[in-house]
Amino acid sequence: MEGNIAEMGQFIGAGLACIGMGGAGIGVGHVAGNFLAGALRNPAAAGEQTATLFIGIAFAEALGIFSFLVALLLMFAV
Amino acid sequence: MAGETGEHGGGGFNIHPMDQFMVEPLFGGTEVNWYTPTNATLWLALTVVAVSLLMVVGARGRALVPSRAQSAAEVTYGFVRKMVEDIAGKEGMKYFPYIFTIFLFILFANLLALIPTSFSTTSHIAVTAVLALAVFVTVTAIGFVKHGVGFFKLFWVSSAPTLALRLVLAVIEMISYFVRPLSHSLRLMGNLMAGHAVLKVFAGFAGALGIGAIIPIVAITAVYGLELLVAVIQAYVFTILTVVYLNDALHPGH
Repeated sequence: MEGNIAEMGQFIGAGLACIGMGGAGIGVGHVAGNFLAGALRNPAAAGEQTATLFIGIAFAEALGIFSFLVALLLMFAV
Repeated sequence: MAGETGEHGGGGFNIHPMDQFMVEPLFGGTEVNWYTPTNATLWLALTVVAVSLLMVVGARGRALVPSRAQSAAEVTYGFVRKMVEDIAGKEGMKYFPYIFTIFLFILFANLLALIPTSFSTTSHIAVTAVLALAVFVTVTAIGFVKHGVGFFKLFWVSSAPTLALRLVLAVIEMISYFVRPLSHSLRLMGNLMAGHAVLKVFAGFAGALGIGAIIPIVAITAVYGLELLVAVIQAYVFTILTVVYLNDALHPGH
């Protein structure tokens, strides 16, 4: 158990950055769940809205990707 | 470099999950110049060949009852065409060839990356950033050519109640407009890189576990199926966002 404190900070920081991915998970689940709830109420209108669903998921997911990227940068680039 | 700790413990072979993204020259040596053929250029070229093959073979017969290749080509064509028409309208159809090219290129790059021991080109920010920047520059140019100064209406939310709110929203809209190429490229690159890294992490487990490797191998199979889905969905998402941005440029104003 030895090493320098900066390296420890990198690993802790990378782990903390991954919390952001959980937020993206909540966001994507919220989008998909609400879409399903709406689609079951009015199945006839659901087909046209799948593009909107994917756009919403993509925007929510992008922020999780950012935190994943911060973790990667801390691990491999700093 | 904190990640390169050398020994990873356990028996079997050591796999570092990030090694698969290394750009290496094809014919030996370590020096990479702009003209050096690397594994990245090889797989980018193979992507272009695959796209050309699908379209050339698919369009050659032009039969009334389509063959398998023709059906595949027709289905992708119709899919992207409907997407452009639904979101950007008839005006957007002028830019359909560009959008169709983007879709096919990313789709095939993503799918070819799933071949074992291949190189995943779209998991590199250099590749996706060029694609996203090209879209950003093109869309901005289209907006200014078609609307001139009127393109700035995109940042002016005229439906907001007060002037102060409109000014605040204009700043936010401006920031979100310039973050577009960043999120556009990072989304594709992040998804692909994360997926392939997960596959390699499980492969590392399989190497370390000996007879118990059956569990990670089953997991790899499942994750591979998921990655197949992600490859197609990310190509779709990249394309649909391109169309949404194009629609913003064609019809600015709120």
